[in-house]
Amino acid sequence: MHGTRILEEADRLMTVCNSCRYCEGLCAVFPAMEMRRAFSDGDLNYLANLCHACGACYTDCQFSPPHEFNVNVPKTLAVARAESYAAYAWPRVFAGAFARNGLVISLVAAFSVAAFIFGFAAWHDWKVLFGVHTGPGAFYKLMPHNAMAALFGAAFLYAIVALVMGVRAFWRDIGEPVGMKTDAAALLQAIRDAGELRYLDGGGVGCFNEDDRPTDRRRLYHHFTFYGFALCFASTSVATLYHYLWARQAPYPWWDLPVVLGTLGGIGLLIGPIGLLAERWKRDSVLVDEARYGMDVAFIVMLFLTSLTGMALLILRETAAMGPLLALHLGVVFSLFVTMPYGKFVHGIYRFTALVRYAMERKAMAHGAGE
Amino acid sequence: MADLNRKFDVLVIGGGNAALCAAISARRAGASVLVLEGAPKFYRGGNTRHTRNMRCAHDAATEILTGPYTEEEFWDDLLRLTGGQTDEELAKFMIKESKDILNWIVEQGVRWQPSLGGTLSLGRTNSFFLGGGRAMLNALYLTAEKLGVEIAYDAEVIDLEIEDGMFLSAKLKQPIDGASEIRASALVAAAGGFEANIEWLKEYWGEAADNFLIRGTPYNRGSILKMLLAKGVQDIGDPTQCHAVAIDARAPKFDGGIITRHDSVVFGIVVNKHAERFYDEGEDIWPKRYAIWGRLVAAQPDQIAYIIFDSTVVTSFMPTLFPPIAGASIAELAGKLELDPAALEKTITEFNAAVQPGTFDHTILDDCRTAGISPPKTHWARKIETPPYLAYPVRPGITFTYLGTRVNKQSRMVMKDGKPSANMFAAGEIMAGNVLGKGYAAGIGMTIGSVFGRVAGREAAKNARN
Repeated sequence: MHGTRILEEADRLMTVCNSCRYCEGLCAVFPAMEMRRAFSDGDLNYLANLCHACGACYTDCQFSPPHEFNVNVPKTLAVARAESYAAYAWPRVFAGAFARNGLVISLVAAFSVAAFIFGFAAWHDWKVLFGVHTGPGAFYKLMPHNAMAALFGAAFLYAIVALVMGVRAFWRDIGEPVGMKTDAAALLQAIRDAGELRYLDGGGVGCFNEDDRPTDRRRLYHHFTFYGFALCFASTSVATLYHYLWARQAPYPWWDLPVVLGTLGGIGLLIGPIGLLAERWKRDSVLVDEARYGMDVAFIVMLFLTSLTGMALLILRETAAMGPLLALHLGVVFSLFVTMPYGKFVHGIYRFTALVRYAMERKAMAHGAGE
Repeated sequence: MADLNRKFDVLVIGGGNAALCAAISARRAGASVLVLEGAPKFYRGGNTRHTRNMRCAHDAATEILTGPYTEEEFWDDLLRLTGGQTDEELAKFMIKESKDILNWIVEQGVRWQPSLGGTLSLGRTNSFFLGGGRAMLNALYLTAEKLGVEIAYDAEVIDLEIEDGMFLSAKLKQPIDGASEIRASALVAAAGGFEANIEWLKEYWGEAADNFLIRGTPYNRGSILKMLLAKGVQDIGDPTQCHAVAIDARAPKFDGGIITRHDSVVFGIVVNKHAERFYDEGEDIWPKRYAIWGRLVAAQPDQIAYIIFDSTVVTSFMPTLFPPIAGASIAELAGKLELDPAALEKTITEFNAAVQPGTFDHTILDDCRTAGISPPKTHWARKIETPPYLAYPVRPGITFTYLGTRVNKQSRMVMKDGKPSANMFAAGEIMAGNVLGKGYAAGIGMTIGSVFGRVAGREAAKNARN
C-alpha cells in the first residue's frame, strides 16, 4: 500500500514495465526500475524525479491507452513528481503553495513589486523615484547597496536552506543514508547528465510533443533557459565581487563583465522561456500533468520577467524610467528567490539529486556484476 | 489522402514489419504505394508491435552485438529448430540477405540497442529495437509517410479479385474517401496469420480453442491468407500448427503481448486441474522449454495448468505482471486455485519425497532430479517446502500460425499449378512457413518480415513498371 493514489498507479505501472523492459534503452528511469522488484513510496518518488518527461516511452509502448493495460508512464510520473515537491517542502506549512502554485507565485510577485515601489517612494521623495540618475552608484540612490545586499542575501539564504531541507527529506525517502560519503564520480556524472539534459532526448531522436513524431525542441529551449539563468547569476555574483573587493559600483559600462554576462544570459532567458511556453502549449495533454499547468507557467513567466525587466533596466537606465524599472526588476527577482523552494524551480534540484543517486546505483551495480 | 480510385503501382495489404518494409522498398524503387492496414492506427502492425529483436547474420561483432553469427551457424540453427522443415534455397537466401538488413533497416529509421536485461543469451545473435517493436513500427511508418507512401487504417479487405494468378483489385468493407475497390498493378500480401481467428483455430483444435489466449491483437484473422488460398495460391506449412507458450491465465483474451509470459516452470512443478503433474518440468533449458508448454497445457483438461513453487525461488526469474497466488499451506493454496487440497498435497508430498540430492544450477542441465515418480523432473528438482506456497495459473498463449502461401526467391507467390503468380507477392508471417515449417527462434519472424518485405516491395515495383 502506498501513501497516495498516484503512487499506487505508479507502482502498478512499474510492475507492468518491469515485466516488459522494452524501454530500458530510452532513459534512466527503466534501468533504475530494473534494479528493483518491489517499489516503496521513496523508490517511486525517485523514479518520478528521474523522469525527464520526454514522452518516448508513451509513444513506444504497446500497452499505452487505448490498450486495457493503460500504461502512461510520463503522465503518471509527472503527477507523482509534482506531489513529491509538496511532500518534501520545508517548512511543511508552505507545502500548500504547490496546490495553487500559479496563484501563489503571482501574488508573491505582485506584492514584491509593489513593496519595492512603495518602499522607494516612502524612503525618498517621489522625485527621486522618477529622477534621472547616472554614473557609479546610481542604483543606490534608490536603495542603499548594503540594504539591497542584505535583503537579497537573506532571501537567497532562506531559499537555499529551504531547498537543502527538501533535498534532505528526498534523499532520506529514496533510501540513501544521510551523511553518506560524497561520491565525486557520481556527482560528476550527474552534473554531466544534467548539464546536457541527456535523458531529455527520447532515446536519441528528440522529445515527443503533439503526436508520435519527435519534433520537440524542448531540450534546446531548456538549454537557453538554464544557461541563461546561470549567466545572469554569474553576472550578479561578479558584480557583488566588484563592489566589495574593488569598490566598483554599478551600473557598469556595456563592455564590463557583469553587463556582458547579464546581457547574454538575459537573451537566453528571453528566448528559452518563450520556447518552453510555446512547446508546453503544443504538447499533447495525454503526456502532461494538466493540473500543474499553473506551476509550470508561473515559473517560466517569472524567469522571462526577470530577464525582460533586467534588459529594460539596462537599456533605459539613463532615463527617468530607471527608478520604476529598478523597483520592478528587484521585485521580480526577490519573488523569484523567495518562491524558489515552492515552485517549479525545485524540479531541477530533485532531478539532479535523483541523477546523483542513479549514478551511484549504476556504479554499485557494475561493481556487483564484476565480482 | 490521395485519390484512392486511381490505380496504384503497388498495393500492400497488412501493416506490420513486412508490410512496411515492402512499402518503403517499393516506394524507393519509384512505385506509387498504398498500404491498407485493417486495424485502427493504435493497433497497427499486427504481431510486430509485440516484438523486440531481429536475428541477422553478421561476420563480426558490432556496437550492439557481442560477436559474429555466421551464415553457416544461422543455417545450422534453423535446420535444427525446424527439424529440416524448411526450404533450403529460400532459407539460405534469407540468411544471406539478413546481413544487409542490419544496415538497411537502420536507414529506414529503426534504431538498435544491445540485448535487454534478462536476455543475455541473445546478445550475440539478436539485435534489439531501441524502445521495442512499436518504436520500430513508428520509425518505419514515419519513413514511409515521408517517402509519400499512402496509408489507410481501419481498411479491412473483404475480397480479392484474382484472375489466373493475376491480382486485379481488392474490395474494402468500408469505403475510404469514396473508394470501395482498390486497383493496383501488383499486390504484396503481408497480412499475417490467423492466430486471432478462434473459429478457424477450432477447425483443428475443437472446443479447446475457446480457452486459448491470443498474444497479439484481435486483427490477426488470416482473412487475406484464406482468400489467397481459395483463389489458387499454393499453400505451405501445417495448417493445424501454431506457436504457443504458457501465459498467465489472468491475461486478457487478446494482445497481452510479452508481459504475460511465465518463465518459472523449471523452478517448481506444473499440475493440471486435477492437481496432477503431467510432464517433466526439467526437460530442457530455455528457450526450448519455454516453447513447449503452450502445447502441453492445451492438451490438459480445460486447457489450464498451475505452476507451483515456494517462497525460496521468487527472485530467480523476471518479475511478473500478475503476482503469484499465495497460500500459507498447500491446502490454502489449493483452495485459492480451486484444486482438490488432498490431491495437491499428495502430489507435492510425493514429489518432495522423490527429490534426490544435487547441486542446483539453473544455467546448466544440473544433477537435481527426482527418482521413482512419473513423470520425472530430470533437472532442477528441489523440494517445495518453504511457505508461503505460490502459484501462477497458465493457459496456452497463441503467438502465430504456420500455414502460409508458397513463394519463390522473388517473394512471388506460387500458384497451385506450380506457376509463379503474374503480380502477387507475399512477405512476413503469411509466408513464414516456407522457411519456418515448425519451431521458433527469437527474432526469426522479424528477419523473415524484413528480408522478404524488402524483396517483395522491390520486385512488386519492378513488376508494376513492366
